[in-house]
Amino acid sequence: MSLAQPAQANKVAREKKFRKGVHPAIIVIVWFFALLWLVPIVGAFLTAFRTFDDLNEFGLFSIPRVFTLDNFTRAWNTANLGQFMLNSFIITIPSLTACVLLSSMCAYALVRFRFALSRPLYMMFVAGLMLPFQMLLLPVFKLSDDLGIYNTYWSLILIHTAFQLGFCSFVLRNFMRTVPPSLFESAVIDGATEWVIFRRIAFPLMLPGLAALATLEFTWIFNDFLWALVLIQDTHLKPVTTGLANLRGQFTTDYPLIVAGSLVATIPTLIVFFGLQRYFIQGLTVGATKG
Amino acid sequence: MALASRRTRSANYQTLALNRFLVIFSFLGIPLGLYLVWVLWPTLYTFYLSLTNWDSFTPPVFVGLQNYQYLIADPEFQHAVINNALWILVFITVPTAAGLALATVLNNNLRFDRFLKVAYFLPMVIAPVIIALIWSWIYLPQQGLLNAFINQVLRLLQAIGFNVDPKSAYSIGWLGDPNLALIAVMAPAVWRQTGYVMILYLAGLKTVDAEVVEAAKMDGATGWTMFRYVIFPMLSPVTTIVVVVSIIDSLRSFDIVNVMTKGGPVSATEVLANYMYVKSFDDNRLGYGAAIAVVLFGFALIFVMMYLRQVMAQEDEGTA
Repeated sequence: MSLAQPAQANKVAREKKFRKGVHPAIIVIVWFFALLWLVPIVGAFLTAFRTFDDLNEFGLFSIPRVFTLDNFTRAWNTANLGQFMLNSFIITIPSLTACVLLSSMCAYALVRFRFALSRPLYMMFVAGLMLPFQMLLLPVFKLSDDLGIYNTYWSLILIHTAFQLGFCSFVLRNFMRTVPPSLFESAVIDGATEWVIFRRIAFPLMLPGLAALATLEFTWIFNDFLWALVLIQDTHLKPVTTGLANLRGQFTTDYPLIVAGSLVATIPTLIVFFGLQRYFIQGLTVGATKG
Repeated sequence: MALASRRTRSANYQTLALNRFLVIFSFLGIPLGLYLVWVLWPTLYTFYLSLTNWDSFTPPVFVGLQNYQYLIADPEFQHAVINNALWILVFITVPTAAGLALATVLNNNLRFDRFLKVAYFLPMVIAPVIIALIWSWIYLPQQGLLNAFINQVLRLLQAIGFNVDPKSAYSIGWLGDPNLALIAVMAPAVWRQTGYVMILYLAGLKTVDAEVVEAAKMDGATGWTMFRYVIFPMLSPVTTIVVVVSIIDSLRSFDIVNVMTKGGPVSATEVLANYMYVKSFDDNRLGYGAAIAVVLFGFALIFVMMYLRQVMAQEDEGTA
């Protein structure tokens, strides 16, 4: 009891200190906009569970007569959403794995060996992250065609891996620079080869950074639209992004179906986000706040 | 004897250098090779393609600067440039100011601040295409959320005696009206960007030196003065990043425009990224598309240079 009291008082004092300066009106405004921010998502959610006839007859702001999963089952079965989702994973998982592995190698080399090209290479990666995709679109389209991988999963896996390599190497290299070089040097003295040092020391050290990167890259690759639009033509190979956009062409007036499909397509990225939120936000800010 | 030992020593150096090269190459070979083939070379090749006529079926034919001459006189291209400029203007002001304000407020350990942060940040997690699809539904004249809401408001106004027709709400075509379409298309982009900016500033605020803030407090700085003269200047590296990222994202805005309007009606929402795609893949004028890409690249480059300068400066600080 006597121990708990000062702690309590301390907590109250701290809260007081923190809350000082935020006017209640501002808090109300922040809450109002936060709820407004959720309206599109909540609205879409409510629409997806209602029937087309119910909406048509009574309007959006009527009290729903029936809740139905029909839009979801139709999206999954007739509109082929299941196949699209599968395609998205078939493209995203290998791209992500390859990108993370290759960029960790790249980052290790850039930090461990100070050779003449290490800084220009680093700058190339930094500049590359800001490149508009349009600048690569046509040659990559041509190259995929020439290599015979146009309209296959491979074309997307390769471009995602290569393009995201720049960002990942950039982030991991900055992450690696915080490791004292003496750690590697003592391993060299103990007779370890560079690959052993990489596997046993450097890679494990990079893991927290890799986790942050992987969550971020997962959403970026999974959410890609432009590359899939340009490189995949067959409907049965399309990832969920271009697949859904395509569906809208077929089911123009059937908005509950499209909205239901859109919500389902968001589930994987939402799981990654809520499951690994801390890493996700780290990943987003690491490139921005540290040089 | 001495000669022999010198020779072996130099031979040793050579093997060492070769070994070093091989080790470095074993790490960098694959990633760099991929990057060169799929990113660097395509970037350079686009410059060449912009000097050609290419229909994607027959090989590109060199035509010099012709594509650029056509571009200058192309009214749709001019629309795209103006819209892109407007898009940049909105992006570096609205989400930046809103995100900074939110970060400043949410940095005060409010009750339920986790919920608030997630609410603002959630759109960032959703694919732009899906955002575009959901907002297309919101904007539908008859079945959309927005007009249904306006209808409710008008009904309320009618009920308290105003002379309005609630049915008229359903005639607003947000994406069909050239005067409304650009704002309607930018809204979801701003909706998405604000949370991102907020997160960047929240991270920035964590690095603000508490001692400096304390010292300023001692000197009597409060509220706006504190923010304007103490905190905001300390956030300037984050602000640079936010501005550069906003500009680059504006130039990259493709998904939302392409899905919601395809640049229409009558190029009211046309932006360079979409125009490049339409010319290349819908009209099969890939050389012309490449020229648009080069212009886009040129705009991006100006701001990328700004960013690179900051990275370089931090880099030199880091090694010093």
